[in-house]
Amino acid sequence: MGAANQKSRQAMPEQDPHVRARNFEEVPLGYTPEMAIAEASRCLQCKNPLCVQGCPVGVAIPAFIKHIADGKFDLAIGKIWERNSLPAVCGRVCPQEAQCEGNCILGRKGAAVAIGNLERFAADWERANHACELPSREKATGKKVAVVGSGPSGLTVAGDLILKGHEVTIFEAFHKPGGVLVYGIPEFRLPKEIVASEVSCLQAQGAKIECDVVVGRTETVDELFEQGFDAVYLGVGAGLPRFMNIPGENMVGVLSANEYLTRANLMKAYLFPQVDTPIPHGRNVVVLGAGNVAMDSARTAMRLGAEKVSIVYRRSRDEMPARSAEIHHAEEEGLHFELLSNPVRYLGDEKGRLIGIECVRMELGEPDSSGRRRPVVVPGSEFVIECDLAIVAIGSGANPLLTRSTPDLPLGKSGYIIANPETGKTGKKAVWAGGDIVTGAATVILAMGAGRKAADSIHEYLTWGW
Amino acid sequence: MFRIIKREEMAGGTVVLNEIEAPRIAVKARPGQFVILKANEDGERIPLTMAETDPAKGTITVIYMVVGKSTELFSRLQVGDSYQDVIGPLGQPTHIEGGKNVVCVGGGTGVAVLHPIARGMKEAGCRVTSIIGARNKDLLILEDKMRLASHDLHICTDDGSHGRKGFVTEVLRELLEKGGVDQVVAIGPVPMMKFVSLLTKEFGVPTMVSLNPIMIDGTGMCGGCRVTVGGETKFGCVDGPEFDGHKVDFDELILRLQAYTEQEKLSYHVCKCKGEL
Repeated sequence: MGAANQKSRQAMPEQDPHVRARNFEEVPLGYTPEMAIAEASRCLQCKNPLCVQGCPVGVAIPAFIKHIADGKFDLAIGKIWERNSLPAVCGRVCPQEAQCEGNCILGRKGAAVAIGNLERFAADWERANHACELPSREKATGKKVAVVGSGPSGLTVAGDLILKGHEVTIFEAFHKPGGVLVYGIPEFRLPKEIVASEVSCLQAQGAKIECDVVVGRTETVDELFEQGFDAVYLGVGAGLPRFMNIPGENMVGVLSANEYLTRANLMKAYLFPQVDTPIPHGRNVVVLGAGNVAMDSARTAMRLGAEKVSIVYRRSRDEMPARSAEIHHAEEEGLHFELLSNPVRYLGDEKGRLIGIECVRMELGEPDSSGRRRPVVVPGSEFVIECDLAIVAIGSGANPLLTRSTPDLPLGKSGYIIANPETGKTGKKAVWAGGDIVTGAATVILAMGAGRKAADSIHEYLTWGW
Repeated sequence: MFRIIKREEMAGGTVVLNEIEAPRIAVKARPGQFVILKANEDGERIPLTMAETDPAKGTITVIYMVVGKSTELFSRLQVGDSYQDVIGPLGQPTHIEGGKNVVCVGGGTGVAVLHPIARGMKEAGCRVTSIIGARNKDLLILEDKMRLASHDLHICTDDGSHGRKGFVTEVLRELLEKGGVDQVVAIGPVPMMKFVSLLTKEFGVPTMVSLNPIMIDGTGMCGGCRVTVGGETKFGCVDGPEFDGHKVDFDELILRLQAYTEQEKLSYHVCKCKGEL
């Protein structure tokens, strides 16, 4: 563990930006074992590891990194599995720079240990080698838990409770499990095969998954109890697309990011006509918003053959909510950023098809309630961006489908479910909730953190009755 | 898997009926609600309003016209074959109020959706007059069932090969002129629903239409099924499928339904070339 090593963080090999901007294959290629060992050897093995405090599910980070440094990859993945059932996913999509890596001591003077890359390495190594046994289950308790939604929080709850000996059935409204991991995050950032593999691990441990069941319609929460479930966890995500409510929004050529990404990812429309679901191909594409979903949409449009893809955002680059790595990737791939700009109306031709967006320039004023500087319209600054496809990625609200069919479930102002942040308990007996339907749109790992706390609380309830 | 236990061809094979095993959905479904069907792994998710449900048998029935690759694939499924996915029941059930004088207007395969609503209204004590139409006699479906579900049945064909020659709107106008109509329900091709709604608006008779916008998930998540109703954006899947015909922006709906026309032609063409169909 020389000082020189500590300074040089192993760079992640990536596909060349010019090549990858036109294919759907994964952007980062992954560490080789040599690179992983070299990177793991940079870890200082802190006595009081701050990285762990930054991890919403509390992975024993120094311990698994030590195993990698020693070349014991099977022990490394075993260590991660103790706290995280989706390491191949988290190693790819967690905002590590703001969590574990953001706390790393090495980051104060140089580059933090590449914890995310190492987690990904361990998980990918295991998938390729199948060297580890699944974690063992405790004796069956005879208790049944229904998990509604198979996204990151639902999968975490299911993974934890199945190990504790409970019977778990996951209900998914779509025809494939994974939630946002399969419909929202593109193949080039998270290959679907990886989600399928992590889900099948869960099934191998005994979790049942029933797709095509829309809880709130096919079954209500109360009916799940009538069918013999002892507890219900609601991890249904936010999932109601927001629109800007400006003129022309229902024109052909204006899509929500949810629709665009679901077509591209879940329905694999990028393979059309080999598959049956079509997707619009824009020549000039505008994406409204600057979060991760906006970056995913814009990079997808690029890969579908757009000549120009512009991100339109009303604040400046500093306020963009997307992960810095994603913004960086997007820039490398040639995306255009139209910052300090706000759309005011869509323009269409005589057939009602989109031909452009009228925007105004903005400047930043005093900070608003979000702490970010409030964008203010510059008078007389109207301009038009020509485009034939616009993707609205300005966030999402709470989908009321389930909550409306569960009248005794207390909700907050915007329709999100009220749940205790420490336990996930809702105001309805034996019902827990977590993830985006409680917090509003957030990250995969925060949803998993909520799932972990809820699983602990559900286990206590099933064991002791509280 | 969702097994087909009955398959029937209507209208000279251009319209197909499938009775499908879907016990959970059969128990829950109410008239006016729809399901989303997907034939196989690479298939599209296609919404169809249910024509019938049998909770005791655990089956639902859909009736669809073969118009493109996906419905062609559906039509290739035989008794004993299965749809890979059937999701539902989705959407709001029809609001049925008894004791009214109702005119039910159906066109093409819309009659399949109209039938359980007409029957439900008759059972609820409404006086039901129905007008069903098609381009010609061979394309007219469910005549016998509609006769049972209605107190009075009028039939129109564009070419006069059965019933009266002309459009459903002509018969409707006569009924409206006679007066005493409390409500109109119109389900069929979008232009038909548009013209029925324009007509009933003249007479100030409330009119309900059932829309079929393009959608993916059917649970309010994709927003693809946006329709403008009374100047407001509504989602066909969760706010609908039924809306006040006097408030729907039909022209916008027609444009939105054509969003993928070119790609659908390509898909149909490619699969025929590859000999898949």
